[in-house]
Amino acid sequence: MENFLQQLINGLTLGSIYGLIAIGYTMVFGIIGMVNFAHGDVFMVSTFIALIIFLALTTLFSIPSIYIALFLVMVAAMILTSVWSWAIERLAYRPLRGSFRLAPLISAIGMSIFLMNFVQVTQGPRNKPMPPILEHVFYLYGQPGAANAVTISSRQIIIMAATAILLTIFWYVVQKTALGRAQRAVEQDRKMAALLGVNVNRTVSITFIIGAMLASVAGTLYLLQYGVVRFDDGFIPGVKAFTAAVLGGIGSIPGAVLGGLLIGLIEVLWAAYVSSDYKNAAAFSILIIVLIFMPSGLLGRPEVEKV
Amino acid sequence: MNRWMTDPILRVEHLSMRFGGLIAVNDVSFSVGRGDITALIGPNGAGKTTLFNCITGFYKPTQGRLAFAREGRADEREVRALTRTGKRHARLASGDIYMLERMPDFEIAAKARVARTFQNIRLFAGMTALENLVVAQHNALMHASGWSILGLLSVPSWRRAETAAIEMARAWLARIGLEHRADDPAGALPYGDQRRLEIARAMCTGPALLCLDEPAAGLNPRESGELASLLRLIRDEHVTSILIIEHDMSVVMKISDHVVVLDYGALISDGTPDYVRNDPNVIAAYLGVSDAAEAEQVVAEIARESHK
Repeated sequence: MENFLQQLINGLTLGSIYGLIAIGYTMVFGIIGMVNFAHGDVFMVSTFIALIIFLALTTLFSIPSIYIALFLVMVAAMILTSVWSWAIERLAYRPLRGSFRLAPLISAIGMSIFLMNFVQVTQGPRNKPMPPILEHVFYLYGQPGAANAVTISSRQIIIMAATAILLTIFWYVVQKTALGRAQRAVEQDRKMAALLGVNVNRTVSITFIIGAMLASVAGTLYLLQYGVVRFDDGFIPGVKAFTAAVLGGIGSIPGAVLGGLLIGLIEVLWAAYVSSDYKNAAAFSILIIVLIFMPSGLLGRPEVEKV
Repeated sequence: MNRWMTDPILRVEHLSMRFGGLIAVNDVSFSVGRGDITALIGPNGAGKTTLFNCITGFYKPTQGRLAFAREGRADEREVRALTRTGKRHARLASGDIYMLERMPDFEIAAKARVARTFQNIRLFAGMTALENLVVAQHNALMHASGWSILGLLSVPSWRRAETAAIEMARAWLARIGLEHRADDPAGALPYGDQRRLEIARAMCTGPALLCLDEPAAGLNPRESGELASLLRLIRDEHVTSILIIEHDMSVVMKISDHVVVLDYGALISDGTPDYVRNDPNVIAAYLGVSDAAEAEQVVAEIARESHK
C-alpha cells in the first residue's frame, strides 16, 4: 500500500510533464489539423534554454534565492521558446498551409531532425548536468530510512503546483477570452472566421506560442526533476505526450491532461510492479486498447461526417 | 438622380476574374448606393458569386478596381490618387476609402467593414447561437482584452466590453426571434433560423456593406417573408447598405432599390427594379434566347398563349 502511494506520487509528477507537452500537440492539431512532430524537440530546446539560463543566473549573477532563480528561469524559457516555436511555424509550416495535407507533416519531421542536430552540434552529444537543487524531502508516512516510507520532494510539489496553476491560467484564456473564441472559430471554419475579421494567421501563431510556453514549463520542470538533458531527450517524451493527446482525445485540452496523467501513472506503476524494461510497451499497449474501444479517445468528440 | 450614382458606397470598375481560360467575370462596372438594397441577379453561372468572392477578398480579381468609401463620398480624384500610390487605404476628411482588391479577407471584414454570408450555411455549428454572435465581435473584444493579457487579469474595461458584446448578441437574437435558443448549438437550429442567425452574425461585425448570397434559398414562403422584413429592418435602422444575390424574383422586386443583372460574366442591365423588369436584354437572358428582338417575339407568344 505504501509502495503504491509512493508510485502514485511519482506517476502524477511524470504525468504532469507529459500533460503539459500534450496540450501543445492537441491545440495545434485542433486548430490546423496537423501533428506537429517537432513539438517534442521544442520541449528539448526549452530544457536547454532553462539549463543555460539557470547556470548563468546562479554562477554569473549569484541570485541568492533558488525560488527567485527558478521563477526567472521559467519566465525566460517561456519567452525564448515561444520565439523558437513562432519562427518554426512561420518558416516551416505557414508557407505550406495551402498545400497538400502531408506537406506540413513532413516539414515537421524535418524540423524535428533539424532541432535535434542543431542542439547536438552546438551543445555537444553528451548529457548536460545541472547541480541538484531543492532536495528537501517531506515524509508523508513512516520514518526516514524506513523501507515503507512515503515521501514527496519539494521538486515534486513544485512540478504539480506549477502544472495546476498554468493549466488553470491557459484554460481560462482559451475558454473565456476573445482569443479562445477565435481559436475555436478557426478550428471549425477557418475561412468563415477570417470573413468575420479574425486574423487567422495570427491566431494560429498564438496557438503555437501557447503550446511552446507550456512545453517550456514542462522543460524546466523536467530539468528540475531529472537534472540532466541531452540533445535527443525530446523524442521519447514527445512521443509519449503525443500518445497522451491521442489517448485523451486529440483536440481536447482536458483530454490531453488526463491522457498525460494516465500515461505517467501506467508507466510508473508498470515499472514498479511488473518490469521496468517494458514500461514503454505498456503505455502504448494501453493506447491501442483504448483506441480500439473508443476511437476518438477518452474525452474526444466523435468526428461528425459533413454531407 | 439615383443614389447609386450620387453617393455610391462601392464602385466596381472594370472588374475581371479569369480562371485559366475561363472568364467568370468580364469587365463589369457598376455602383452600389449607400443605404440601398442592391440586388445582383442573373441566370446560374452568370458570375454573381465570383463577383462576391472578389469583393470579400476570397479571390484576388485578375483586373479592375473595387473602391469602397466607408463613410463619406469618395471624390474621383482622390480615388485615382490612392490608386497611384499602391496603398490599401486612404484617410480623407470625408471618410476612409479602401481598395478592396488589395486587401486580405480578414482586413476587408475588420477594417473596410464588409460582411458576407454564403449560399450554404457556414455557422460555427459546434458553438452556441450566442457564441456565434460574440465571435463576430472578435476585433473589438481582442483590443479590449489587450490581446488576452488584460482579460486574464479580468480588468473592468475588458469585462465591460464582454458584457456589451453579449448584450448586443442578445439584442440580435431577440430581433430574429431566437432568444430562447441562445445556448443551443447553432447546428441544432432549424434551417430558416440558421439563415437568420447567419445574417445576424454578419451584422454583429458592424458592417457598412452586407453581402448576402442567396439568403432565401431553401426557405418556405413564411420564412422568406420573415427574411424580407429582417432585411428592410437592417436597411432602415442601421447604416448598412445591402448587396444581395437572389433568385426569388418576388423577394427581389419587393425589397430592392437597385437591380444589377449579369449574364455570362458580363453586365447586361443596371437600374431600378421597374426598369430591369422591362429590359428586353434581361428577358432574353432569362428565356435563354440570343437577342432582344427574339425575346420580344417569345414574350408576345407567351402572352397570346396565356390569353387563349
